[in-house]
This record gives sequence, structure tokens and C-alpha cells, in this order.
Amino acid sequence: MPIENQVSKDYLQERVSFVLDHAKQSGASQTEVSISNVIGLSVNARLGEVETLEHQTDQGMSITLYDQQSKGSASTTDLTDASLQQMVQSALSLARHTASDDYAGLADASLMADPDQLPDLDLYHPWSINTEQAIELAIECEAAALQADARITNSEGASVSSYASMSVYGNSHGFIGGYQTTRHNMSCVCIASDQKGMQRDYYYDVARHAEALLPAVDIGQQAADRTLKRLDARKLKTQQAPVLFVPEMARSLFGSFMGAIRGSSQYRRSSYLLGSLETPVFPAWFNLHENPLIPRALASAPFDGEGTATFARDIIKDGVLQHYLLTSYSARRLGLPFTGNAGGIRNGFIEADAQRIKPFAELLKQMQTGLVVTEMMGQAANPVTGDFSRGAAGFWVEQGQIQYPVEEITVAGNLRDLFQRIQYLGSDIDHRSGLKTGSVLVDQLTIAGE
Amino acid sequence: MQNTIEIAQQQLLTPYDLSLNHLESVVDELRQHQIDDGDVFLQFSRHESWVLEDGKVKEGSQSIEQGAGLRAIAGEKTGFAYSENLALPALLTAARSARNIARQGQQGTQAMSAMSADYPQLYVPDDPLSSFSDEQKLALLEAADRAARKADSRVKEVTASLSGVYEIVLVMDIQGQYRSDIRPLVRFNVSVIVEHDGRREQASFGGGGRFGYDYFNEIKAAETYAQEAVRQALVSLDAIDAPAGVMSVVLGAGWPGILLHEAVGHGLEGDFNRKGVSAFAGRIGEQVASKHCTIVDDGTLPDRRGSVTVDDEGVAGQHTVLIENGVLKQYMQDKTNARLMGTASTGNGRRESYAHLPMPRMTNTYMLAGQHTPEEIIKSVDRGLYAVSFGGGQVDITSGKFVFSASEAYLIEKGKITRPVKGAALIGNGPDVMTRVSMVGNDMQLDSGIGTCGKEGQSVPVGVGQPTLKVDEITVGGTAT
Repeated sequence: MPIENQVSKDYLQERVSFVLDHAKQSGASQTEVSISNVIGLSVNARLGEVETLEHQTDQGMSITLYDQQSKGSASTTDLTDASLQQMVQSALSLARHTASDDYAGLADASLMADPDQLPDLDLYHPWSINTEQAIELAIECEAAALQADARITNSEGASVSSYASMSVYGNSHGFIGGYQTTRHNMSCVCIASDQKGMQRDYYYDVARHAEALLPAVDIGQQAADRTLKRLDARKLKTQQAPVLFVPEMARSLFGSFMGAIRGSSQYRRSSYLLGSLETPVFPAWFNLHENPLIPRALASAPFDGEGTATFARDIIKDGVLQHYLLTSYSARRLGLPFTGNAGGIRNGFIEADAQRIKPFAELLKQMQTGLVVTEMMGQAANPVTGDFSRGAAGFWVEQGQIQYPVEEITVAGNLRDLFQRIQYLGSDIDHRSGLKTGSVLVDQLTIAGE
Repeated sequence: MQNTIEIAQQQLLTPYDLSLNHLESVVDELRQHQIDDGDVFLQFSRHESWVLEDGKVKEGSQSIEQGAGLRAIAGEKTGFAYSENLALPALLTAARSARNIARQGQQGTQAMSAMSADYPQLYVPDDPLSSFSDEQKLALLEAADRAARKADSRVKEVTASLSGVYEIVLVMDIQGQYRSDIRPLVRFNVSVIVEHDGRREQASFGGGGRFGYDYFNEIKAAETYAQEAVRQALVSLDAIDAPAGVMSVVLGAGWPGILLHEAVGHGLEGDFNRKGVSAFAGRIGEQVASKHCTIVDDGTLPDRRGSVTVDDEGVAGQHTVLIENGVLKQYMQDKTNARLMGTASTGNGRRESYAHLPMPRMTNTYMLAGQHTPEEIIKSVDRGLYAVSFGGGQVDITSGKFVFSASEAYLIEKGKITRPVKGAALIGNGPDVMTRVSMVGNDMQLDSGIGTCGKEGQSVPVGVGQPTLKVDEITVGGTAT
């Protein structure tokens, strides 16, 4: 039996309408409501046997309402009439205590997506997999890792999981829209050891449709390969050197960038990119494009968190910041045009002029001597100053070739500065996320070690 | 203790026409298959939060979560299902899903019994959300805003937040034994951004525990938290680049105990050691820290954020010596890992909610006091770092590598604290770094009640603590080479 939602969209829409009606009758000036139902199966197999088998069913509803310009929010997991009525009363009671805010309220009615003509983004592909098959797949994935090399001595197991989600959003403008999504994951965590100790690493894949997942054996072998490469790691001397961030790490750097250009970071003045609109934040050859409407993509959505239509746009063009990521509230508060980014960026693509994009091996040659960072630990950058200092592991490169693994070091610098100093991007784009980027080569950072 | 059972029944059972006898039938449903252990865990929680920014409380929210988690364990295998619906048919369906992990085979019925309550109630089982009127909650936040702005004219932004959780849990295992707990938890936090000569810095300070909001008035938290946040932010305005490289580091008392949580705490959790994936696996009885180090995990401290009267498996909170005079004594266990390792649970079986599986988790983890005064310790360092406040930390329990990020730190030059330096990560190797703890202070202190620990996607509240201590060599991740 496929793993799919057991409730109908009509039922969720009816619950949303019930709450919207009740809020209106209770005197709310504006209301928005979202509801979701998630069904999931997750199995973990370790050392050839199933270890955990989890059946997931989550549902919940949340409301934000306004009493004139004052706001209150509430949520509940109990969807009975009485509980939902109580949720509305809680939100109203909160709204009667919070301060009036001139900028509060829903997005403008004219911005709403047309609920009858939402784009079909092909995001729902339930996986026809039963428990036994999921367990077999996880065992197969882990076996590929365990058999890869005699130095793979232990495992934290392989996991297979599948989730089907239905969500409906409605507000007092009369918008009610919903869509279904699926998400399937496979991952493997293994442990390698030698006389110097143990190392652990993992690999995973994720997709909207199960056929797009990498074969289980490939995921297991990748996990083993990544783990083995970490064995016999050394420390480095404290120094300044060029640093190449692999795509997963580059994603973390750009994730911090997204935080810095969020509307709330701007009006709270808690951003190292304060007032950076229409200024060069990246090199002139660097672009960041957002497209929420790509079929089957991980971060696609037919409307944003406020019910407004989504569309493609440039966020960075020729290195210059085109717009912040704004909700209707932050747009009003900052006096800027609305951008439809309630819920963040949806499918970001880091792009560049062709001569600035190279295969990974070419980036190593370009770097000559330096550090490849494959893992970072600890806190992200200071959001106000952009200063960062993080634990790191990776590989040392000399003469354009990887020489040996390194660990117990840190990389430190300032993100505003780092973004300007990006030299090249990799063509090795990681597709497992809503933010698609290849590796990132930076000319110099401080590495602390021995 | 009957009191908490009665409250739990009223909240979790009565509205669904359930009784303890019905729960017993749910447990019997689990026992239709050949399982070694299992339980039904019912939970209700009400959470609220209020946020002040820009001088006004503009946001208030309240959420209610309830549900039941059903767990069946056979050997090393665990089957798990949960439901937000507490009606009997939903619980029975979840039980049938969970028990499928094991083969069929009737195990007979068990008579249920309340477990003995020979343990102290560590916190008052009252709803903290109703300990203050909404007006009092707003007044507290507004007082923090005023105090922060009054503290210094360079304060440009103030954000204050107040949150409270009222949680009721009831757990019955497959022997029919049941226990309940009522856990209040509050938290109050003040963040500021200061600006001077074009430079901006932020800092925050907060606290809380398992009691009502009145605690914050008793300790004058609006003023003290705001002033502390402002002080830290102003220090950062003067900070120079942090040094990079290996050096002696003196860690302040209290919250810097995050060192212990990351360097040894996670590595001593039973699941990682049963599986042999921790750098500490198989090392009980060995010297894993200097003789100055005695480290405990203590879930029995009254009112503390990390404490549990009973854990999420119904086991009473305990005081567990993990490392004594540097020698590894014991791992932290939940019931499953204890059974598989032939030992007893140490009351560390915790879960984020009914929708998550329990596993060994820390409670309040701290180091006992030593002999030195903090002044002696600082004086002993020729060149190094004195770190007194931290952000978060992280550990790879397999390689033992851990980081924790200093947010307030100073250079030590010739035995004296000199200039403040910018935030920097400290990185080390867990089993190794504790052997280099060469001096331990006499000023043991617990943190102010702010810790949240993440493991395998689950968050639980925890505490840390330590006296001032010196680590002879650790890598400091600054930018000044």
C-alpha cells in the first residue's frame, strides 16, 4: 500500500472554513489558518537487521488573527470542533493583550493566488513500498557500506523513509488553497576504524518521487567511501590559506546569507548586510535566481505562506542584491515592495558566468595549496557582524591534488568579506536541497590548528 | 504523588472516556506479540510565548499538543507508532502497528499497578502559564525593555521573550506499571543590539527553570538579565580579533560547562556505547580525564531545567557519577540500552514528545568543585584565553571531536585578564581534552537555566555547570595569527 494521506483535502478545507467562520463570528478583523496532515514510514536497519520501525501520523492546525491591528497566534493538534473553537478564543485573547502595530495584517487581497488555478507542480508521488520492502532496502543499503572495505567496522545503520503531506491554507480574504507533497529519503551512516581511531560519515539522497532516489547500493558505497577517506586525519598548522567549500558546506554559507537578507533581520537591525539593497554583495559575475515553480523540485510551492502567488525572480544579479526576502509585514514595515517570501526562498540557484564555473578537480588545481572543507561544526556566523569561527574537517591540498584528511581545526573570517572573495564556483551542484550550489573557492581564510 | 496521577487521568484519560484499565488493554494489545519491553506514553502540553520588540509586545502565541506514543521492543528492535487521537480505537491501532516489529505470540496478561513513589517531587506540579496574569507577563517584558535602554545609550534594539510550558505525561509499561509526571518549564530572555561609531554588536542573557513566572520577579530578572545582556554587548564593541592556535584556556564557572556536555557527555550516552560507536566505548574503569575531574549527571536537582522527577520511561531521576577523579565510572542509560547492556536505567530515558522515541539523554551535567580560587587559575597562565560566555556546541561522538563557541572572551597576558576578543570556536578531542584539565576552581556554579540539547532531531531541556577550570592546551579558532 502506498504511503499516502488518509484524509481528504475537502476535510482539511472544511476544518479551515470552520475556523475562519468562527473567528469572524468572534470578532476577528482578519484571520489566516493553516492545517496539515502528514503520514510517514521510517525504518532503520543496523548490522543487517531492522532496528527501528516508525509509523508517523501528524496533524495540526495553526491560526493567526488580528483584532484591529493587534495580533494573536495559536495552534493545536486536536481538530475537533471544541478544540478549534478554543484555539480561536486563545488567539483572540492574546490579540487583546498584544500592542497595536500599524504594519500588522494579511498580505493584500490583490496578491492572492487563484485557488482554482494553482499551478500543478507535480509534487505528490506516494511511494508504493510496504514495511518489509523498506526494511530490505535499508539492509541492502547498509550492506553495500559494510562490504565496501574491511576497515568499515561498524555502522549506525541505513534508513529509508517516506512522507506524504497535505496542507491547506486559508485566510479571511476568501483564499483557501491546498496541495500535497511527498518526500522520500534514504541514508546510511557508517564507521571506519584503523589504529588511530574511529571515523564516521554518511551519505543520503532525497526526492519527491522514489524513482529519482539513487540506488540503495550507491548510497551505501558513497557513505563507506566518504568515511574511509577520513581515516588517519591530521591536524594543520595555524595559517592563512585558500579554502574550497564542498557544495553541502557552501549551502550553509549561503543559508546564512538568506538569514541576513530576511526582512525581519533588516528591520531588527540584526544583519551584517544591513541596508545592502541594490549594493554589490557578491562579485560582479555572481547570480542567485529563485524559481518556486519547478515541477518536482524540493522547495517548489504554488503559493507562499500568506497565500500569494509565487513566481521566479533574481535575488542577486551581477553581484548586486535585487531584493530582500520579505513577508507582507516586513515589506510594509520597511516600506518596500512585497516579494512573496513568507516561508523563505524556494529553489535558489547559484549561477555565474561560464568562465567562473569549473569541475571540482579544476578547482583543486586552481587552488594549488589549501584546504577543502567537507564538514563544519558549531555555531553559524554572528548574525549582526558576519564574523564566523567554526570547527572543520576536510582535506589538505598541495600541487592541486588532495594529499591527506585533516580534522580538529577551525576556519574563521567574516561572511560579508568572504562573499566578496569568492573566486570560482564548482559545477558539482548538489541537487538534494532547495538551494542548489556547487563548491565555492575562497582565496583566503584563517585556519587554526596546532 | 497520587496527586499527579489524578491530574494526569483528568487531562489525558477522562475526556476520552478512558481509564487506566483501558490503558492496560492497550498494553495487552502490544503483548500479543513476543516483545521484551514496550510502553504507552500519553502526553499533554500547553506552550505559550510572548515577544517584545521595538518597545512593544506585538506577538503572543499559544499551542496545545497532545497524543500517545506506542512502543514495542524485541531484542534490539523497536516498533513505534503514535497518534494525536487519544480515543481507545486509535491507541489500539497504534499498538498493533508498533507490535509488528516482533513475532506473534501471546504473553498473557499482567495486572497493572502504580509504581512505588519513593522518590521526591522535584518541582511543584502547577501550570506556570497561569502563575502570572497576561498583564504581568507584558509588564515583565516591558520592564526588561526599559532596563536595557536605561543601562546605556548605545543600546539600539531590545528583544525580550517569555515562554512557558505545562506538560503532563503518563506512561504505562508492558508489566502494567505506570507513573506520571507534571513538568512546568519557563524561560525568559533578553537580547540587545548596541551601536557605537558604526560598529554593531549583539548579546543576550536569559534564564529559567521548572517553576512559575514569579521566579523572574523574585530575582529581579527584568533588570538583571537586561543589564547582563547590555554588559556583554558593550564588551564586544571593544573586542579585538581572537587569537588562532593552541593555547591555555581558562573557562569561567557555570554555562561554560557546555564543555562537559560536548566533550564527554554525549560520548557517555548508553546507546552510542552499546553500539560501540562512541570514542568512550569499552573504556569503563580507564582514566579518561585528569584526576581533578569528577563529573556527574544529576536529574534530581530541585527546580532545574534539566531535572526529571521521573523520566519519560517512568524511572525516577538519578544522580549518576560519570567520571570520578578522572576515571570513567558509568554510562547514562535508558531502559532499552540498560537491558541490552545488562545494567539498570539511570533515569536518562527522555523524549522530545509522544511523537518521538526515548533514548539516553543528559539531564544536568556538571563538574564538582576543586581547590583553587579563580584568581589563582588565571594567574597561572602566561598567555591564553579566558572564556566566560558561550553560544552552542557540537560533537562527533565517534571521532571525539567537539566544538563550543565562545561569545565573551578575554586575552590572558602574564597572569592578567587584558583585552576582550571576538567570538571564537574552541575545538578539541573529547577523550583527550579532559586529561589536560590542570586546575579546577572552588566556585562550582550551574547555568542560569537556558540549555537545550539536540540529538537525532530531538530537543530536550538540559542543564550544565562547572567551576572555573583550566585546560592546558586547546585549539582556539580566532583570526589573529
